[in-house]
Amino acid sequence: MCELLTFQNVSVAFHKNTVVHQVNFSLKPGESLGIVGESGSGKSTILKAAMGILENGGRVTEGQILFQGRNLCEMKEKELRTIRGAGISMIFQDAGASLSPIRTIGEQIHESMSAHQKISRQEAFQKAMGLFEKLHFQNGERVWNSYPFELSGGMNQRVGIVLAMLMEPPLLLADEPTSALDVAVQKQVVQEMKRLREEFGTAEILVTHDIGVVRAMADRILVLKEGRVVEYGAAEKVLTEPEASYTKELLAAVPRLRRNPG
Amino acid sequence: MSETVLKTENLTKIFMVRGKKAFAAVDHVSFQLKKGETLGIIGESGCGKSTLAKLLCRLQEPTEGTVELCGQDITKARGAELCSAYRHIQMVFQDPVSSFDPRKTLGDGIGESLRNTGKSRREAELRVRELLKQCGLPGEFAGRYPHEVSGGQCQRAAIARALAVEPEVLICDESTSALDVTVQKKIMELLGRLRVDTGISCIFICHNLALVQDFCDRLLVMYQGKIIEEGTPDEVIFCPKEAYTQMLVDSVLG
Repeated sequence: MCELLTFQNVSVAFHKNTVVHQVNFSLKPGESLGIVGESGSGKSTILKAAMGILENGGRVTEGQILFQGRNLCEMKEKELRTIRGAGISMIFQDAGASLSPIRTIGEQIHESMSAHQKISRQEAFQKAMGLFEKLHFQNGERVWNSYPFELSGGMNQRVGIVLAMLMEPPLLLADEPTSALDVAVQKQVVQEMKRLREEFGTAEILVTHDIGVVRAMADRILVLKEGRVVEYGAAEKVLTEPEASYTKELLAAVPRLRRNPG
Repeated sequence: MSETVLKTENLTKIFMVRGKKAFAAVDHVSFQLKKGETLGIIGESGCGKSTLAKLLCRLQEPTEGTVELCGQDITKARGAELCSAYRHIQMVFQDPVSSFDPRKTLGDGIGESLRNTGKSRREAELRVRELLKQCGLPGEFAGRYPHEVSGGQCQRAAIARALAVEPEVLICDESTSALDVTVQKKIMELLGRLRVDTGISCIFICHNLALVQDFCDRLLVMYQGKIIEEGTPDEVIFCPKEAYTQMLVDSVLG
């Protein structure tokens, strides 16, 4: 039992229109995988397949997705619900929009915890405060009592991370977690996700089009183009000696900041 | 070369929200844009970059201060006067698809300003095709609707639309932020080429420091509605004077 998540030859189709073609990769506990590619390349679809939340008639048509040795594609919805949140959880690009606008953060944290266990509001509060503290989150109590619209985009994104980590799942999926954020906040969120790995040994799959974020976080990188894997390997190697011409093109297009030579 | 095409003095926009303190989104901003120059404006979201862009184009009314375009004060311009100002200043927005009327073709959108300036339908159509080609799109894209093209193609059409009246000043408000890096690179190449071909002056609003570094002649750093630092990209990025600018530079990953 050393692989946490394995994609074996996975294809995903929406109404006979295949968008992800025979993708293979695997993830060990505590490892971080970055999936990069342009919009429409199927990055988010891969995450949604792992989470079992493909919409609009999307289906895994081929291969299997193994989580801790069990095939997710054959599971019933009821079984999947026990895995979502406790086994695999997800952070979305726009965390503010994934929260309910008419309920406080605290209520929502309590709700998502009580889906998995019997827990009082007070216990949920204690647990959340502990997590806030571990993530160096100041005035957690104010956040607990706030509505999503009262918090900035960066704050909401961090709440999203806390929500995803409540059950301390071994696997965290992040779909463009920093793309909607300012550079300064972006750095904070990246540091927070790194801290999760140190603190809880969480494995992470990070989907992004931002090479800078991948460079800062990922151990391995998978480059996707039009639903096919173009390159897959150690982050260092893919970033410094890319083999596929598409990877080279992608890397060359990223503007890099020249810093003070002195 | 040193002719000033756009000048602001003490430009200020205060938003009043009932029950809350007045909020100065743009606070006494003064700067000059020279002919052929590209001026970058950087800062975090909420610092007033986009409000400033809207004030320059008169899409929002300033509370105080003046905007001078090609020697003319357009702060209070209305009607025909404002219309004629738009022959000199044009804008390219962040989201190209929503900047076009969804029920009209790209050609209609690009040609509208041409017909407003007195060109016949036939003349406008020919010019639209020419403009599309200049921006790297085939002429038949004139007949497509915004939802039928990709984001990058739509942004090219938006640039064509802005260039239609041959303005002196182009304002790009996060024009490449919503695009993939490979597409972004191509749009930047297009803007760079057009700048050389037409000698247009450019205000380039962007939060990506790496992108403005090579593209702009001069940078303004905005923080809480004020300009806190100004200089060439190398001055600002290599030796920032303000702690805020230093923080921005340090935050860039990779």
